[in-house]
Amino acid sequence: MNPFGLLAQSFAVLLALTLAPLLKGWIDMWRAWLGNRSAPGLLQPYRVLHKLFHKESVLADTASPLFRLAPYAVFGCVLLACAIVPTLSTDLPFAPAADAIALVGLLALARVFMALAAMDIGTAFGSLGARREMLVGFLAEPALLIVLFNASLITGSTSLASIVETLAHQQFAIHPSLAFAGIAFALVSLAENARIPVDNPATHLELTMIHEALLLEYSGRHLALMEWAASLKLFAYAGIGLALFFPWGIAQAQSPAAMLAALPLLGLKLAIGGLALALVETLSAKMRLFRVPEFLATAFLLAVLGLLVHSLLGD
Amino acid sequence: MPLANLSWRPLAELPPMWHGNVDADAWLVAARSTRASGGRLVTLWGSDRGAAGCAMTAAYATQDGLLWLDLALPPGQATYPDLAPLFPAAGRMQRAQHELLGIAAAGAVDTRPWLNHGTWPADWFPLREGSGLPPPGPAADYPFVPVTGDGVHEIAVGPVHAGIIEPGHFRFSVVGEKLLRLEARLGYAHKGIDALFARTAPEAGHRLAGRISGDSTVAYAWAYCMALENVWHVAVPPRAQWLRAVLLERERVANHLGDLGALGNDAGFAFGLTRFARLREDWLRLNGTAFGHRLLMDCIVPGGVATDLAPDAAARLLAQCDAAEAEVLRLKTIYEEHAGLQDRFLTTGRVTPPLAARLGLTGLAGRASGQAFDLRADHPLPPYDSLGTNMATHRGGDVAARVTVRFEEVLESLRLLRAMLGGLPAGAVRPAALPPARAGLGGGWVEGWRGEVFVALELAADGQRVHRCHCHDPSWHNWLALEHAVMGNIVPDFPLINKSFNLSYSGHDR
Repeated sequence: MNPFGLLAQSFAVLLALTLAPLLKGWIDMWRAWLGNRSAPGLLQPYRVLHKLFHKESVLADTASPLFRLAPYAVFGCVLLACAIVPTLSTDLPFAPAADAIALVGLLALARVFMALAAMDIGTAFGSLGARREMLVGFLAEPALLIVLFNASLITGSTSLASIVETLAHQQFAIHPSLAFAGIAFALVSLAENARIPVDNPATHLELTMIHEALLLEYSGRHLALMEWAASLKLFAYAGIGLALFFPWGIAQAQSPAAMLAALPLLGLKLAIGGLALALVETLSAKMRLFRVPEFLATAFLLAVLGLLVHSLLGD
Repeated sequence: MPLANLSWRPLAELPPMWHGNVDADAWLVAARSTRASGGRLVTLWGSDRGAAGCAMTAAYATQDGLLWLDLALPPGQATYPDLAPLFPAAGRMQRAQHELLGIAAAGAVDTRPWLNHGTWPADWFPLREGSGLPPPGPAADYPFVPVTGDGVHEIAVGPVHAGIIEPGHFRFSVVGEKLLRLEARLGYAHKGIDALFARTAPEAGHRLAGRISGDSTVAYAWAYCMALENVWHVAVPPRAQWLRAVLLERERVANHLGDLGALGNDAGFAFGLTRFARLREDWLRLNGTAFGHRLLMDCIVPGGVATDLAPDAAARLLAQCDAAEAEVLRLKTIYEEHAGLQDRFLTTGRVTPPLAARLGLTGLAGRASGQAFDLRADHPLPPYDSLGTNMATHRGGDVAARVTVRFEEVLESLRLLRAMLGGLPAGAVRPAALPPARAGLGGGWVEGWRGEVFVALELAADGQRVHRCHCHDPSWHNWLALEHAVMGNIVPDFPLINKSFNLSYSGHDR
């Protein structure tokens, strides 16, 4: 491990921690503007986190230690996931330790902790949310895996860092399979991050919630960690999407100057991505819950089509 | 008219109302023949007649108008024939009257308490004369009807909800996401308004009536004033009559605009909410400017309306109709062409026309299920008689049908408003003097935005005091229908179905 790698790694983690709420604020701002409302401001998610961290955490009498543990576990899992997604530089010492399959596993582990904690209290809404979260998860995870395999087949590696290095720095080539994988990835990201049309992050209707229902019993710092973890997850997904489909500009190993140059480019890419997400959310209505499996099955099918296209056309 | 041999006494000409006294046999015969001839039960209420015992009264809507049937219950007799087998909505009304007065339907299947959550004793009746204040008691558990089977579980929602809405408890029995049964538990907003009327002067009662359900304040105030004017035999000046209709239509449009936006939002289409909310806000602000109250409270007073409409305000109201219509038409196209939205609306929460007829589904929700009743068209008062009302109906019975009916009613109300504002008769808006107090019975029957609001008013012998005032909200019928509408749907569709009915808790609980 070189000292620069360590620096790049810690910088990537810090960047994820600070940029993730900003990305959420950016999306919320555009959602408000596109819906003809005045926006709460770009920094609103930081204010919410600040408020929640200064509030008392109220626990139900029936809460077991698992309920207290879950926010830290979820936050840890998602932060680690962010650490192995190359956003600025491919020089990430953590990356060899965990490849794309482990990344999907980490996000799945976070999901399991959230679902268990939601059921732990024993309220109807928690179990309802946990059940729905699993309904989304069992279809979204395999679809995400196949999307990642599409990129692995092209680059011959399941490590995200080497995928990016190969895609970004090899001779320019058009990979039709990535087009299929890209659409599939967009669908999976919407589902995994509880966005419209799968879930509504702004709803107050308990009976329709998926992600929010899992957090209903959390308050104070626990809720802050869960909210932060949700924005980190969105950031991680944005990072994966950019790494696989728009990898240009991410710095190679041992080049601090390129890393600095990568920062504004990353900001630009995230800004465009966030705007696109807000646009999708404004234009769509939330679909019926039982349409979600169809939606995710489409994503899975597209990802598999990508694999087939790749094997038909060859490298 | 059913029971032609009964001696009917006319109570009012427009809308026509008839009063008759019946015994227990005729009570049932009248109910059966009303049912058979396609009539509807409007409401049931009891009253304490002091030394003469109690009385139970039923109001039916027929083609000839409103029939008001009194069944005297002498002291010692505390039961009357059960109407629930003929009119399912009667069950809850009878349960409520039992708690308030101690007179029960004989042989009723469901005798669980309804409005009383255990906070007053079962043998203490608030509407009995001289009952005083209730001895306080602890809230009791409610025996919900259990649903058993493999994998069936219950979800309890409310009375405190995540959104800022009125209190009500919903008990869902579900398998997975599928709704097997919903049972509503209401009464959390019971304020004892019936007893409060007994301490209210007749000429001030419109203010209390206007606060029973805030979203229908115009309909309630008008119905109360109509009842009082029927007792007093006061003629309302033509200009006041037209202005009352303007107020009623403005209330209808404001509520429909709010609901249409909320329906979009509940389907995850927040754009609809912001557009309609802005339209509604503009509408309410002009209400404030033109009539002095955003929600039009206390604008209708006995004899007429509180304030006249200034000519420049009338011009602004007219201009707003055109502006609103253009935007509503644009939004209607957006709603109709949005595939995701239509997928959520269509076939969701269906009440078929036969089921709606059986349950007595009324008002807007009824018209969306083929129940073509609208007092503005069936028994039109001036100015509706000269302008004509095109009733909006649909046979779909789903959320989409209720959305469509709302859009059509908004457009029809805008047409009516333009015609009314363009042809407002001149003259006073209140009679020069109100007549001296007198006793008697009077009824007020108005098509509010949610459905028909009915007020039955009985003034005490000296005419200085309200003896009994029963205010009926259409939600009494439609809460029951909601329980049937959700069956077989999935849990996350309930908020959308509920919003498509948008029933009143306060108006029901009183």
